[in-house]
Amino acid sequence: MRAAKIRWAIVAVTSVALAATGCSSSKSSGGSSSGGVVRAWWGDPQNPLEPANTNEVNGATVMNNIFAGLVQYDPKTSAASNANADSITSSDQQNWTVKLKPGWKFSDGTTVTAKSYVDAWNYGALSTNKQIDASFFAYVQGYNDVAPATGSPTAQTMSGLKVVDDNTFTVALTQKFSTWPQTLGYNAYYPLPAAFFSDHAGYLNKPIGNGPYMVQSYTRSQQMQLVPNPDYSGANKPKNGGITLTVYTDPNAAYSDLQSGALDVDNTLSTTALKTLAGGASGGRFLNTPAGIIQTISFPLYQANWNTENAKLVRQGISMAIDRPTITKTIFTNTRTPATDWTSPVLGDSGGYKAGLCGDLCTYNPTKAKQLIQQGGGIPGGQLTISYNADGGHKDWVDATCNSINQALGNNNACVGNPIGTFADFRNQVTSQKMTGAFRTGWQMDYPLIQDFMQPVYTVGGSSNDSHYNNPAFDSQVNTANAEPDQAKSVADFQTAEKMLVTDVPAIPLWYQNGTVAWSNHVNNVTLDPFSIPVYWQITTS
Amino acid sequence: MGRYVLRRLLQMIPVFIGTTFLIFVMVHALGDPVNALFGDRAPDPAVAAQIRAQYNLNDPLWQQYLLYMGRLFKWDFGTTFSGQTVTSQLAAAYPTTLKLTAVAFTIEVVVGIGLGLLSGLRRGRIADNSVLILTLVVISIPTFVTGYVLQYLVGVKWGILPATVGFDVTFQSLILPGIVLASVSLAYVARLTRTTVAENSRADYVRTAVAKGLPRRRVVINHLLRNSLIPVVTFLGTDLGALMGGALVTERIFNIHGVGYTLYQGIVRQSSNTVVGFVTILVIVFLAANLLVDLLYAVLDPRIRYA
Repeated sequence: MRAAKIRWAIVAVTSVALAATGCSSSKSSGGSSSGGVVRAWWGDPQNPLEPANTNEVNGATVMNNIFAGLVQYDPKTSAASNANADSITSSDQQNWTVKLKPGWKFSDGTTVTAKSYVDAWNYGALSTNKQIDASFFAYVQGYNDVAPATGSPTAQTMSGLKVVDDNTFTVALTQKFSTWPQTLGYNAYYPLPAAFFSDHAGYLNKPIGNGPYMVQSYTRSQQMQLVPNPDYSGANKPKNGGITLTVYTDPNAAYSDLQSGALDVDNTLSTTALKTLAGGASGGRFLNTPAGIIQTISFPLYQANWNTENAKLVRQGISMAIDRPTITKTIFTNTRTPATDWTSPVLGDSGGYKAGLCGDLCTYNPTKAKQLIQQGGGIPGGQLTISYNADGGHKDWVDATCNSINQALGNNNACVGNPIGTFADFRNQVTSQKMTGAFRTGWQMDYPLIQDFMQPVYTVGGSSNDSHYNNPAFDSQVNTANAEPDQAKSVADFQTAEKMLVTDVPAIPLWYQNGTVAWSNHVNNVTLDPFSIPVYWQITTS
Repeated sequence: MGRYVLRRLLQMIPVFIGTTFLIFVMVHALGDPVNALFGDRAPDPAVAAQIRAQYNLNDPLWQQYLLYMGRLFKWDFGTTFSGQTVTSQLAAAYPTTLKLTAVAFTIEVVVGIGLGLLSGLRRGRIADNSVLILTLVVISIPTFVTGYVLQYLVGVKWGILPATVGFDVTFQSLILPGIVLASVSLAYVARLTRTTVAENSRADYVRTAVAKGLPRRRVVINHLLRNSLIPVVTFLGTDLGALMGGALVTERIFNIHGVGYTLYQGIVRQSSNTVVGFVTILVIVFLAANLLVDLLYAVLDPRIRYA
């Protein structure tokens, strides 16, 4: 009898639960991709959604879809072509005239004019607006007045920007920069509508752009719905009914949704998922393709013992002691490609990528490595440390790299990894020149140009010259390349500069990072652009 | 009673200040968060200085804390680096976590006490032993294993329930994470109930009640269970707080944008406003749950009086 009572209780509880389940099942049917909407993975953007305040992939995903800049990059070849610009011309490679295609509109119906660009750029550069990408305007004359290194701005606008008429403006740069027009596809250079300045908070809740898509709804940190923008005048007309970007807490959660059919496009795949997908579980709905990202190990050339002629040999030796093919295969399941130059394959041969430029330096040769390091008097300080941020999943490859170096040198203590708690702390130590040994560095291109892989990273004062490489010959070669109006000659000049890195080795190229994406059988035509962001407007639904 | 409650409320003030200050110090010990905003690029000095000024990062720590607390009393929790107000984060995360907690807590109470009662009443028999083995298994398997396995089997392979919760939080989608979240505590509740029920079932008052000829059901529920619940309620009270804050693993696995996950994001991005704001609310939840537990004792056992 007792048992009967308890059994009754359990039955009652279960049926209540089932009834409740039954009730709510009707409203949770947001499952299918009806109406041609693509459901895509997204991560929470790091900064507010303003064009010049976006420097990471999640914010860029939105920016690139709701904005169209002066130029755009071909998703396959990376070649720049005019989008909103009709022409960008200069006779001296320093003073530029930008003419817009007339009649382009923002999604709120207002017209895109020269003023939209000039106002946006002045806003992005002014230091009190706290825009992360402000330094992208450093080439424009007057930047130092709106963003002085110390103190308050002495001007609100840059003297180098002038509106000529509704569809024309001029830009005066501080130096010759022949490939400058091709940099203008970067999100910092997008135009802004008047609404941005009149109702800033409202704008952040629902950004307005001039691109193929417009924001229909946005719940911060959770979901954004994009629908095709009827006012868009460009060539990248969406082939689907819109995109729902959903923020995921974890790559595995997204992959589970992809498997159960609740997600269509997943471009953040965990190592476990990658192993399954590479094993053929994807049914061909998986892509693993190079992105404009190179990973390197940099040396603190500001430390006296790393800045000698002998240390140069040691740096060369360390590079030769790293078995790149084995590490990329075992640690990264082939989602990295061993590097043989300091750029990225996405540039293409005409854009400046040159396979094998690095030569012997990037080829695994333990004997030569040991010989060079001994010739250079051994590793400065007796032991090589490779510092990395512990919160970014770098431990495995750093340990493998050290292991490779140790084996080449026949010494188990020649190299050790040095984890630093957070990315912020790690970058603090790097930018305040506190490194004493080697440290990991990575460079994701802002625009597909060899200039972007050389100037910011290896010239004096470059925004990402973490090793503080200082070679006047390199700098003057970069200047020569920038002043060269002919594209092919300019690229060749940059490669001449790049060849200096082979002997100087301020940083060792490790591997190019790939972008990966898997998709459901609801969608077709999924590709990744050179920035490893899916080309959403091309995706079709079935 | 009223005086007791008042005293307990007053005690909360130093606890509250102490915990928030500790959290504040710990988040700041992680270092300057501004560099991380600029990625692999050295921060533009002008812009970095402006951002540091906006978040008072140049002031000494105690001053930052006082400024923060001053704003807190005006219900201003500050903003994150992504420009979101912490109050809007709280408003988005807490309802979700409350729903999850409610589902998990219900499962925990109903199934936990039910199983405990079942096995306590039938000590040494098959039912008892199976409950003991079952709870041992649940306790010894880490939550993320249960989480991923259940998600894969129920959500992906069989497709019975949604694999993740996502943006539209429905009751249906919360069942799976609710079970995972409840599982470990449920095992403890079952074992705790079993022990006290088994102990009390031999007590004099139970024998008296049975001898009086009371129906079995009244004996078990009004006499035996009521007395046995005091330690269980203590556990449930502290667990309610733990469920709200500790749902991190479950929330990540099932894509729930709740307290645990938002807190985790705050720590990763070193957004002290987010972390301190969420912990502040969590501290209040903990303190309130504890007070509630203490007051419930008197309901369960009228001999307990508060002065």
